[in-house]
Amino acid sequence: MISLQTPVSEEQIRALKVGDTVEVSGTVFTGRDAMHKYLHDGGQLPAGVLLRGGVLYHCGPVVIKDPSGAWKVTAAGPTTSTREEPYQWQIIRDHGVRAVIGKGGMGDRTIEACKQHGCVYLHAVGGAAQVLAERIRRVKNVYFLEKFGSPEAIWELEVENFPVLVTIDAHGNSLHKEIFARSQTELAKRL
Amino acid sequence: MNGLHESLLELIRHTSAEIPDDVQQAILTSLENEKKGTIAEATMRIIDQNIALAKRKSQPICQDTGSIIFYVDCPVGFDQIAFTDVACAMVREATKKGYLRQNSVDSLTGKNDGTNLGPGSPTIHFHQHRAEDTQVRLVLKGGGCENVGAQYSLPDEALHANRDLDGCRKAILDAVLQAQGKGCGPGVLGVCIGGDRATGYEFSKQQFLRLLPDRNPVPELDRLEQDILKTANELGIGPMGFGGTTTLLGVKICAVNRLPASFFVSVSYMCWAFRRQGVSLAPDGGIEKWLY
Repeated sequence: MISLQTPVSEEQIRALKVGDTVEVSGTVFTGRDAMHKYLHDGGQLPAGVLLRGGVLYHCGPVVIKDPSGAWKVTAAGPTTSTREEPYQWQIIRDHGVRAVIGKGGMGDRTIEACKQHGCVYLHAVGGAAQVLAERIRRVKNVYFLEKFGSPEAIWELEVENFPVLVTIDAHGNSLHKEIFARSQTELAKRL
Repeated sequence: MNGLHESLLELIRHTSAEIPDDVQQAILTSLENEKKGTIAEATMRIIDQNIALAKRKSQPICQDTGSIIFYVDCPVGFDQIAFTDVACAMVREATKKGYLRQNSVDSLTGKNDGTNLGPGSPTIHFHQHRAEDTQVRLVLKGGGCENVGAQYSLPDEALHANRDLDGCRKAILDAVLQAQGKGCGPGVLGVCIGGDRATGYEFSKQQFLRLLPDRNPVPELDRLEQDILKTANELGIGPMGFGGTTTLLGVKICAVNRLPASFFVSVSYMCWAFRRQGVSLAPDGGIEKWLY
């Protein structure tokens, strides 16, 4: 198991390979469909959202206000990443994102952007909203809550030992492509 | 709040936070089946921990609390309008309490008013029956698994799938291949052979109301269910598509009539976070017993 503390350097990212299990600690920003399209359309990030050297998490958490008025994340697993495939390469390139956490993997443009700019795709266990929420220590801030709605807002989260698997590394490898090819061959034998 | 209000709110909470026993059993079996020390085993372990944690904390198993689909079996003369009003009020309340995420978006404006109420949400299917009791089942189906559902129109030349059971098999296994781990596997397939484009998907989803270990009373469909399950688990896709021996936890197939011109095979995928519960209601609206 490899520990990654944000902000992450390019060297640390390049050292990772497909199949490595990683635990992320530090700050992650959530961002999903609305945020990706907004940036793609030329939108500007609010001042507090620092993606350079940072970690972007494809996640729409359940967040409630506790009686003291503080935000509390009660469920926070990853959402399907492929929906961001049209935009992700550009955000990696323009915003210097070092790691994207999500589920389901991403396509060739993201794989190429990871290779070119030094980024990895980290797969969290989909649906494991409680195990993952336990690793979120606190909500540091929220941006675009009104504009995008709660699941789509940019939540700035402090995480500790957030468990993920490298499924796309910065060397052009993708576990998703490997498994697809292998399973396709196995299926062909059984038709 | 009267009996029905409390019952439906509890049904929503229970469905969101607690996986049904039959599904949990299948998950435990697959955890035991995965090779020790593999990523697949570690993944199943996280899934198992997550189920326990959600139950203990009474919080959503998955943050995507999904499409809200009620199935109501009710006696003749049952007031469906009154039931719908209470169900909507309790969906709103459950959302406030965090049992459900603010999960319903206006498709034209992109606005999410945070209530989970709007055209199509929740969806309530009423079925009259001759019995006196009322049974309410609830399925919460997340978007990740909904997105990997697939509908085939046979014959499908690319798949060499003709209008027969072997053609259905090819279509269903193609859906498994294309889905990989994207629908949060190991999942369960609900399949409908026949119907039209709308009813095909509708009946495929109703298969999720069946218990996982049950057997299909139609021998051809039973054989097909067992065959698809075995074959899918030989493909090596594994939990979350990371590789491994459990790709599916179950396969449930029904067949309904079709038009001579149409032959649809509709495949719905349910993620491992299989949220389905049900209650039988007493005359005062209180919960008489749990159905799963």
